[in-house]
Amino acid sequence: MYIYLNMEKIETIRALLHGDVFLLGLVLGSFLLGIWLYRKLKVPLLQPLLVSVAIIIPVLKVADIDYETFYEQTRFLNFMLGPSVVALGYVLYEQLEHLRGNVLSILTSVFVGCVVAIVSVLLVAKLCGADKVLMSSLAPKSVTTPIAINIAQSTGGVPELAVAFVVLCGIFGGLVGPLILRKLKIKSSVARGLAMGSAAHALGTSRALEMGAVEGAISGLAIGIMGVMTALLVPFVERFLL
Amino acid sequence: MIKGLFFILLFYFLGEVCSVLVNGFIPGSVIGMILLFLCLFFKLIKPDMVRDAATVITKNMAVFFVPPAVGLMAYAEVISKSIWAIALAIIVSTVLTIIAVALVQENMEKRQKSKRVNG
Repeated sequence: MYIYLNMEKIETIRALLHGDVFLLGLVLGSFLLGIWLYRKLKVPLLQPLLVSVAIIIPVLKVADIDYETFYEQTRFLNFMLGPSVVALGYVLYEQLEHLRGNVLSILTSVFVGCVVAIVSVLLVAKLCGADKVLMSSLAPKSVTTPIAINIAQSTGGVPELAVAFVVLCGIFGGLVGPLILRKLKIKSSVARGLAMGSAAHALGTSRALEMGAVEGAISGLAIGIMGVMTALLVPFVERFLL
Repeated sequence: MIKGLFFILLFYFLGEVCSVLVNGFIPGSVIGMILLFLCLFFKLIKPDMVRDAATVITKNMAVFFVPPAVGLMAYAEVISKSIWAIALAIIVSTVLTIIAVALVQENMEKRQKSKRVNG
């Protein structure tokens, strides 16, 4: 027996490239490559997420797969965004000990940060002539992606745009955060961790972990608090600014 | 693992139901997160019941972001049209947020400490 190709088989293989097995594998494989590159080169800009997207987009273009097909076939990963937010409830509980004695100050500073984040991003965007859809997609840029998607969806923004802005914000915050904290001569580990997590979610947290264990844990905590406060505040602030 | 996934899905579902009740004002996943936290805090469920699943899911969260981030492809035109508004808004807001949170927290901690010393 030998292997031969005919038109029918070529068509079937083409269909496989548009299927869930190949596309899910493409996501995991490109992400693995991203993790490997990040560990090897330690360049903050080379986030696994970015590397993965930078590989997937050209592959989809070359294989002539449109975004709708890709989205449909990788729905499993998209579905997991919801449970991953719920699971943060456990992470919050686990870091409860860092809260003792600091509850009021942590809630106050993240609340102030949350108001500053939403109002400033909306004001600057408005002054630059952004439309409502763009502003609603920008508003949740400081929170973790699954929460940002949910917020954008419920306020009339575009989830894909919201994710793009969250990623951009995380990369920028992770890069400049440590510099700003050094310039301000912030001594408290809690303050450093909170600032990184509130402004730049998970990407800020990965930089906070490089500063220290307390910074990392507090930064993780800040992601959760910031997410909840932003979800609660965005609808109110948008009512005044849009 | 299955037990943990079950509880996470259960809280997700309860969160979605609550979200419908408040007209989608708060996302269901966020309500689910708060409910899970409260149930752990008030010892209605044990941390062991969700630890495995919650740890695996949150440690690998970034990979779930890939499909929506690839969605950039479909919105390249919209983004490049408003690139300045987007870049300025993100840069200004992120810098201000970091400064605000760090300063408020640092000053509140200092005040607390001096209170303890004086009182």
